[in-house]
Formats: sequence, C-alpha cells, structure tokens
Amino acid sequence: MIESPAIAPADAALPRGSAMWRAFRANPLLTVGGGVVLLIMVVAIFAPLLAPFPGDAGNATHPFSVLHGPSAAHWFGTDQVGRDILSRVIYGTRVSPVIAVIVLAIACVIGVPLGVAAGFLGGWLDEAIMRVTDVFLAFPPLLLALALASVLPASLTSLTIAIAAVWWPWYVRLIRGQAASVAGRPYVEACRALGVSRLRIIWRHILPNSLTPLLVQVSLDVGGVILTASALSFLGLGAQDPTPDWGLMVADGQSYFTPDWWLVTFPGLAILVTAFAFNLLGDGLRDLLDPRRSFLP
Amino acid sequence: MLVFVARRIVLAFVVIVGVIIVTFVVAHVVPGDPAATWAGPHASAAQIAAARRFLGLDRPLIAQLGSYLGGIATGNWGVSIHTHRPVLSDLLTAAPATLELVITALMIGVVVGVPTGLISARRPGRPSDHLIRAGSILGVSMPIFWMALILQLVFSQKLKWFPAAGEYSPGLLFSHPLAKLTGFPVLDSILTGNLPMLGSTLVHLILPALVVAAYPAGLIARMVRAQVLDTIGETHILNARALGFREGQIFARFAMKQAWTPVVAAIALVFGYSLVNTFLVESIFDWPGLGSYAAASIATLDTPAILGVTLFVAVAYVIANLLVDIIQAAIDPRIRLR
Amino acid sequence: MNLVLSELSVSFGSRRVVAIDSLVLGHGEILGLAGESGSGKSMTTLAVLGLAATVGATVGGSIKLDGQELTTLSAPELRAIRGRRIAAIFQSPATAFSPVYKVGTVFTRALRLHGADKPEASDLAASAMRQVLLPPDLLRRYPSQLSGGQLQRVAIALALALRAEILLADEPTSALDVTVQAEVLDLLRSLRESTGLSILFISHDLAVIAELCDRVAVMRNGLIVEQGPAGQVLSAPSDPYTIELLESVPKIGSSS
Repeated sequence: MIESPAIAPADAALPRGSAMWRAFRANPLLTVGGGVVLLIMVVAIFAPLLAPFPGDAGNATHPFSVLHGPSAAHWFGTDQVGRDILSRVIYGTRVSPVIAVIVLAIACVIGVPLGVAAGFLGGWLDEAIMRVTDVFLAFPPLLLALALASVLPASLTSLTIAIAAVWWPWYVRLIRGQAASVAGRPYVEACRALGVSRLRIIWRHILPNSLTPLLVQVSLDVGGVILTASALSFLGLGAQDPTPDWGLMVADGQSYFTPDWWLVTFPGLAILVTAFAFNLLGDGLRDLLDPRRSFLP
Repeated sequence: MLVFVARRIVLAFVVIVGVIIVTFVVAHVVPGDPAATWAGPHASAAQIAAARRFLGLDRPLIAQLGSYLGGIATGNWGVSIHTHRPVLSDLLTAAPATLELVITALMIGVVVGVPTGLISARRPGRPSDHLIRAGSILGVSMPIFWMALILQLVFSQKLKWFPAAGEYSPGLLFSHPLAKLTGFPVLDSILTGNLPMLGSTLVHLILPALVVAAYPAGLIARMVRAQVLDTIGETHILNARALGFREGQIFARFAMKQAWTPVVAAIALVFGYSLVNTFLVESIFDWPGLGSYAAASIATLDTPAILGVTLFVAVAYVIANLLVDIIQAAIDPRIRLR
Repeated sequence: MNLVLSELSVSFGSRRVVAIDSLVLGHGEILGLAGESGSGKSMTTLAVLGLAATVGATVGGSIKLDGQELTTLSAPELRAIRGRRIAAIFQSPATAFSPVYKVGTVFTRALRLHGADKPEASDLAASAMRQVLLPPDLLRRYPSQLSGGQLQRVAIALALALRAEILLADEPTSALDVTVQAEVLDLLRSLRESTGLSILFISHDLAVIAELCDRVAVMRNGLIVEQGPAGQVLSAPSDPYTIELLESVPKIGSSS
C-alpha cells in the first residue's frame, strides 16, 4: 500500500507559522468564513461607531420616521417606531454571537470534565453519565430548549440557560469518545504502568489530544446555537423589546411584512450570513485539522 | 437479527421513560408556586395550601412522578389551558398535517441531497464541488422562519405562483369535499380520486415543504459527499481498480452503495430536526399541524400543551431512531454482527 | 510470460520517487523487491498496473508484458489486462474487499467483468477456492466474517481464477501472524510450481524474501541498488545499503 504516515485525528496539531498561512490560503472555506467572522467581530466591537443611529438600538422612538423604506438616510429602512434598522442590525452582532459564546463555554465547562471522567475512568461512572446523556440526546436539539425556555420567564438569560442546558450532552459524548480512545492507547498504558498519576495523564495526554476535535466542534456549533437562539427569540421566548436581537426583529416585523418587507429581510439576512460564516469557518477548520472526518455532523 | 431488534426496542422503551422523566422535571422547574398561581393573587395561606393538596403538589416528588407516568401511559396528557381540550387529542388531530409536511420535506431533501452529494464527490475540488458545498452549507445555515417569510413574499404575494396559506383551498370543500380516510389530505385525495383536491393540496404543500426541506437537503448532500470521498480512499477501491473495473463502475457499485449508510443514519436526525422546525414554519403558512399548535401554545404560555407537544415530538424522535437503527442493520451487515 | 521494466520513472510533479534502470521478472520466477517504507516499492506496483495517475503520479519509461508495451495502452486495454493478466494483492487483506458485499459477489463480478458468464463464474470461483485450500462456501460470507489469512487467500484465489500470469504481491503477509504468513508463503510457492505463476514479491522483511524468492532486487529511494539471485545477494551483498539492511535484521544469539 502507499507508504505514507497516517496522522490519527486526535494527534493532528495546528500547523505552525508560514505553513499555517499557506494552509489557510489553500482552503477557501476557511478563508471566506474566517474573514466574515472577523468582520462580524469588528462590527460588534465598533458598533457604537459604525451605527448611524446608535440610540435606535435601544428605546428610542421617532414617530415621524415610522416605516420608511430603505433610503440614503436609512439604508435598511426604519421599523414600526421609527428606529433605524441598520443600526439595530449592527448592534445585533453583540447579541446572538455573544449568546453563542456563553452557551458553548458553559457546554464545555460541564461537558469536558464529565466526558473525561466517563471516557477515562470508565466503569459505573461511565455508564451513569452516558445514560443521562443519552436521555438528553433523545430530544431533538431545539425541542428541549424550547420547553425549558417556555417555563422560564422570557429573557435572554433564560434563553442562554435553556440552550446551554441542552447543548452540553453533545460535548460529553464527544470528549468521552476522545478520552476513551486515548486512554486505550499503548503509551497511556505505559504511563499507568510507570505509576504516573491519573490527573497527570489527563492533563498531559487526554486534554491536549481532545483540544483539536473540541475546537472544530465548537466552531461548527456556533452557527447552530445562533440559529437556535434566533428561533427561540422569534417565538418570543428569548430577547424582549428593545433588545436588538435579530430573531425578535423578524418576529416583530412579521405583521408589517407586506408591504414593509425590509423589517424582516435585513435582520433575517444577518442571521443567515452570520450562521453561514461560522459554518464555513467550522467546515474549513475541520478540513484543515482532521481530514478523516470523525465528528458529529 | 431478531435479537438485535429486541434489544433495540427495549432500549428505546427505557429512553422513552427517561424522556418522560425529563419532561416532568422541566414542568416542575417553573419558578414560582403553581399552587399560588392556581389559587389566585388574593388567596390566603389556607387556600393556597388547599390548592396544593388539590393539585397533588403536597405529595412527595416521586409520587407525583409516578402519577404523571401513569397518566401518560393511559392517555391523560393534561388539558390545554387554551383549547380546554385534552392535550393528547389535540396532538393527534394536528399530527397528520405535520407528518405530511415533514415526510414530503424529507423526500425532497433526499431527492435533492443525494444526487448533489454524489455529483460533488465525483469531481472533488472542481467548481461544481465548491458550489454544491457552499449550497449545502447555506441549507444548514438558513433561519427557517425567515426563509418561510421570504418565500411566501416572493412566490405567493409577488409572483402569485403558489398560495400563501392553508392545506387546500377552502372553497373546494363545497364542490369537491374531501373524505377523511387517512387524515393526510394528499393521500386521501389520491385514494378517493378527488383530482381537483389533489391539485389544491399539492400546490399548497410545495412552499412549506421546500422551506422545511432546506436543512435536510443541505445535510444529506454534505454527508453523502463525505461518505463517498471516504470510501473512494479506501483500499478496497484500489483492489477493485486493480481487478480492472472501470471508474464509473467503481463509483456506482462500490462507492455509492456505501453512500446510503449516512443518509439512512441522518434520516432520523433530520426527521426530528424537521419536526421541530415546523414549529417555526407552520404558523406562517397557516398549516394546521403540530407546529401551529406549539407556536400558539407558546404564545399563550399554555404549559400543559407545550409539554405535551414536547413529549409527543420526543417520543416520535425516539421511535424514528429505532426504526432507522433497524433499517441500517438490515442494510449494513457489519452493524448487526457487532 | 515475462515482465520487463526499463528506465521506469514515477514522479509526483518534479519529485521522482521511482527510477529503475532495469528489472526483469521471468516466467515462473519469484522476484523479491526489498526495501524500507518509502523506497518506492508500492509506486512501482501502481505503475505496472497503470494506476499511478489515480494518486496523481506520472510514469515515464517502459513496462513490457511479453513484449507488449503497457505504458502506451489505452484505458480499456489496460483494464483488460488488470486482474486478467497481471493481478495484485495488497497489504491489508481486511480492507481488500468491499465491506458491504459478500466476498463471493465481488469475486464473481470480477470474473464476469473479464468475460466469464454466470455459471462459469461460480464454477471457476469454487475451484479456485479449493486450489487455495479454502472451502468454497466461505464466499458467501462478508469480509468482516473472515480472518486476515483467509481473505488474503481469497484474493490469491481470485488472481488464480482470472488466470493471471503475473501476481504483484505488495507486502501480502506483513499484516498476518507468523503462522498464517507461513501458510500463505507455502501457497504461493506451490502455485508457482503448479501453474507457472510469476510473482513480484514486495516486502521490507528480508527473512521472508530469503525464504521465498529466487532472485531479489533491493530498492532504496526509488533506485535499485543491487539485484541478483537471492542466496547470493543476501549472503554476500555488495552494496553498502544492502549490508545495512541485513545488519538490521535481528539474529538469535547476537548481542547487539
């Protein structure tokens, strides 16, 4: 067979220096996705400077500019209380992506230790954790978050908690798989035989090897969380007025949709572009770091 | 094979019990005191206590769970605060419309996703591949509710190609009444030979089905592409080439046969995903299914109904996974031999 | 039935991985191709089969099968030769057959590809299986149900059934246990005796080559550094690399 060293997925490290730059350029998904994501982050950070009407992101009302279509003054038009939609869309970059980051951070904080415990320590702990995870994973993703969000008072906090509560099981499963496979490797057995403590093995071998798949999974998930969050806000379970959340803006704009199409179109487009960019980035990262594709779809 | 099926059924049953327990927990996460809400804002402590006894909230949690489980099993899923009818009967009335929508969307997803995935994998790295990959990523990045509104705007309002709402034209009910045999309008029209009704139901079905099909199509295209590329890289393909098979034959016979595995595996996932997506789409199209019911329940904070829908969809998802597992084992011998 | 490689070069772009001046596999001969990983042995196999392009490599020079030049053949002509006149078996028998088909399905399909009809194909398959000392109803199993040794023998049986004149064996026993390895080697030897099959046996294991091969060629970085009768090359090597290779084989009783 062709003699070429096969890089096991967990051991594929980030390419260094100029090799990384070349790889980046050779990977169009990564470049485009990464570029747009960067752009979104810049917009989020500099929102007050970029938005033509920063006050409109909050409670402002302008009775004389109600429901104006796109124009030179208001590129995306104005909404039903006269607020500039472009400004609200710009400030929206501070809402959804931030929720996504918080949700995924919580998911990792809960999921990684549980996954390591289940995969490395095994035994009844593994069984117990996996059974609980299985039950959570038995729900389609949005559903349980929806149920949780509906019994909690509607707010961004409840939304974040609801989605995080539903997202962590995926990470337990992912990390458990990594931990179990690394734990079974000969060099880990050798470490145990030499008397290396379990904690040290986790720190020096299991965690570093799980980093890459974790990174890829997180980048793939950001888009999903953003879509989930905007869907819940659309249903009225998350952001409340006046928060410039894109999902909420689409919901609000629904009743004015024909003929005032701009209330719905631009915020929704923002969701699409953001999710698309993060998914491109995630796919590109996956191609770069693990050509053998062993992750969740 | 039988042993495999039996084991899977038992496992599914256990998972369903777990799902019911989780739903119960969610129901009791409600902040505030349900007894106080029930008794009203001006109730005295004694009245609240009485309410608590009435609602059974003073019993130990396990006992409450027990009667909840019993209730579910016997068909008592609570009463909807909004419709004042038993939740289960509401759900069963709404389910066929949603099933019709989701199944149609899945069919569209497979019919679009599989060929595009294959085309993409046949010539990887070429422009067609990049285009299809971008398209499939677009499909899974689409905010469904927004797509529904946009399609409705463009194809219903502006172009007037398709109707904007409903399962069929209400006017037709007078001239060509639809008999309810299966509960699925399309099937019923076919079975009773009611052609005008069939035309109407199909035309009404297209837009919502296309919206719900976006995610499945994108996901399936991606998975097929990944699977075929993986297979092509495997040794047995080299062996097949060394035996003298043509590339086309190798692609069709060896690579494609394995392409179906991820599709079948993904079907259950996209089924569940799409069921929940209907919550976002149905109310926009006035589609009288579970999605509209769920959206209305959420809007009115009808907790028994929300939990009922959650349970219903979750159980449907577990059953779908079970069926898919069984089908997968039937196709791929390696699974049942493990 | 001989295979002559002259001035054969295989390159990835500008990087040459194989540069063989001359290599001849004669009728009924077992020629060993020895060398370490990355020496270009496998690429040689792919080049002979005309499959170098599938991994992105280009081939130069001449490959002659009984005087017929292979490098200038069209694709259909090459396909007619693959399997039928030149067969190949590879290192990992477990992945040699498509996992979703029964072994026999691929077997008979290959036979029918090369001209046999249905009844003929199953007969040929059955008798080939018996030749490799396997019960023919193993063909009704899936690859995951057969052992590595069995699968490798099925692959050899397929080559026999196709009446291949030349067998390219690329590390066929490296993934097998020692005892199973011995069986496969015995099989190859007896097939050479009974059918005059010529075998190009590629391996990094000099001990196996010493046991099986008539002649041996040593490859390093794509070049043949030494070739000759096995006994001579392996006991009295002239090239420093060959000497190094031989030194690295652990010997019982040595203290290094």
